[in-house]
Amino acid sequence: METGTVTTANPLNVKAKKESKSKEIARKLLRSWTGVIGFSLIILLLILSIFGEVIAPFDPMDAQLRDRLLPPLTDGHLLGTDQLGRDILSRVIVGARVSVVIGLSTVLLAGLIGTIVGVIAGYYRGWIDIVLMRIVDVQLSFPFILLVLVISAVLGAGLTNIVISLALAGWVIFARVIRSEVLALREKEFITAAIATGVPKLQILVRHILPNIFTPIIILGSLQIGTYIIAEASVSFLGFGVQPPTAAWGNMLDEGKDYIFNSWWLITFPGIAIILTALGVNLFGDWLRDTLDPELKGE
Amino acid sequence: MLAAGFKKAGGDEMTDIPILEVTNLKKYYKISQGLFKSNIVVKAVDDISFSIKKGETFALVGESGCGKSTTGRTLLRLTEATSGEVRYKGKDLMSLPYEKMRFLRKELQMVFQDPYASLNPKMTIKQILTEPLRVHKKYTPSERTKKIIEILKIVGLSEEHLDRHPNEFSGGQRQRIGIARAVILNPDFIVADEPVSALDVSVQSQVINLMLDLQKEFELTYLFISHDLSVVEHMTDRVAVMYLGKIVELTETEKLFKDPKHPYTQALISAVPASHPREVKKRIVLTGDVPNPANPPSGCAFHTRCPFVMEKCKSIAPNLTEVADGHQTSCHLYSEKKEEKTNVIIHSEV
Repeated sequence: METGTVTTANPLNVKAKKESKSKEIARKLLRSWTGVIGFSLIILLLILSIFGEVIAPFDPMDAQLRDRLLPPLTDGHLLGTDQLGRDILSRVIVGARVSVVIGLSTVLLAGLIGTIVGVIAGYYRGWIDIVLMRIVDVQLSFPFILLVLVISAVLGAGLTNIVISLALAGWVIFARVIRSEVLALREKEFITAAIATGVPKLQILVRHILPNIFTPIIILGSLQIGTYIIAEASVSFLGFGVQPPTAAWGNMLDEGKDYIFNSWWLITFPGIAIILTALGVNLFGDWLRDTLDPELKGE
Repeated sequence: MLAAGFKKAGGDEMTDIPILEVTNLKKYYKISQGLFKSNIVVKAVDDISFSIKKGETFALVGESGCGKSTTGRTLLRLTEATSGEVRYKGKDLMSLPYEKMRFLRKELQMVFQDPYASLNPKMTIKQILTEPLRVHKKYTPSERTKKIIEILKIVGLSEEHLDRHPNEFSGGQRQRIGIARAVILNPDFIVADEPVSALDVSVQSQVINLMLDLQKEFELTYLFISHDLSVVEHMTDRVAVMYLGKIVELTETEKLFKDPKHPYTQALISAVPASHPREVKKRIVLTGDVPNPANPPSGCAFHTRCPFVMEKCKSIAPNLTEVADGHQTSCHLYSEKKEEKTNVIIHSEV
């Protein structure tokens, strides 16, 4: 009968199923070449950010004024040197850490604030929803980068402050998306079923709503990391972000812009690093969305 | 199968004490038409009253949009009523504080129409079935697992399904899980909102028989909401027919199918497909569509489609009155003289 159908359709026992889960994800990843590229770029970025000092051929802070503005492929400097004679390859490698740290911590902070606000607005509705969403509307009407600049100008420069200002400018996207997810969810019949069972409101939120918005949070977060990394670079470029002499791609661009006509390599390589990072994160985010999207899950 | 239904109707479980009494229940929805226009009021449930006896299966039938599902949801306060009273064992559910109502829900459960939407996709069957027990603090955690396995066996599933997710089951199996969730708390009253209409016909009868078995085993009272008259005829004791938010006829199932009084009911019953190709049935085909509930006709809501429409139907709305023993209908035809009544009864050959 019916019971039989399930057993034949799913002959694997639970243990075998658990083992095949990671394999299945790997198989799905290999099927999409954009996913593979994104995933590889992210792995590369993570390796660089953890082992940057070990991998870098030179000391990224060591200024050899004699060797200033050497073009690529001279004296062992693969990507040349900057205006203070520091090895650009080493600085690009070490600069990865700033991007990763800022990208990850911003997405965690912005995601946390945005999810809390979005869930409260979407689940409780009423006046609190109206107030929160108008705040979001107001904030969304300002350009993102302008907000980041204003907030970081108030807070001052530095790694922590740049994370805070990016998160304060970026949580609204999460709030918007999560609110609409919650709004759609609370109309679902299994939520009504939970109410009919007699589940308390807070438990419905924790046990039924939150697990079902986890996927959109992950997807949105992975796509937002790229935005934050670029924004950090822009803010650093404008002098508000990570301060020299710390190697960060944004302030490398800033320092290199004066030499743009004579020494193109100063800004080209950090620029390429930013592009590749944003590309990798976005490709991976797209793949994640396609894979985790509940609509496609059954296939 | 049929015999089981009839036996139950005459059985000793059913008493005349009403378990649920609905009086003047109304559920109106306001639809905003924009800033400068006045709101439209849709009377989804418009002043209905009925009572359900302990142990019986009471059916609400009608076309989609007639307010039968809204009634079911309003009874359990899944949507708040506009006005009216719902007395369950003497207590008015509509005025209970939220927490008290939540507590009482262990006695009042619901089976939903769509088994694909009514189970949380992220939960395992064990989690889904543990939840009612946990929320109402029944049994110790180890006893709960035992109880869950027991109930799974009753609904025709087994222990090996415990750690599976809903998407690994077929529609019929999911509905069994939904039914298991509803009966695991040992409730007294279950609202079944079209529990089989999303299922294949072959699975429908299995689920219906399961529900009938459970009714015997747990002495359940059902409010069975359906648009499928053959299912209603098979498994219910009494029927209320709804049209545009109102009850137009209310009587025992047997009487309704043998001798429908209201022209709308007659049309509905004549539309049930014949069970034998050579069976001759007179079909009453209604003209037109169901009127827009936001703008219902004046007088009797059915007068726009009624084959026996009279002048007075257009202005005066009929009340639900008893026209025969235990047979209520709201139609002006029966407030007239007796002879005219006989002309109306077309559906009698069956």
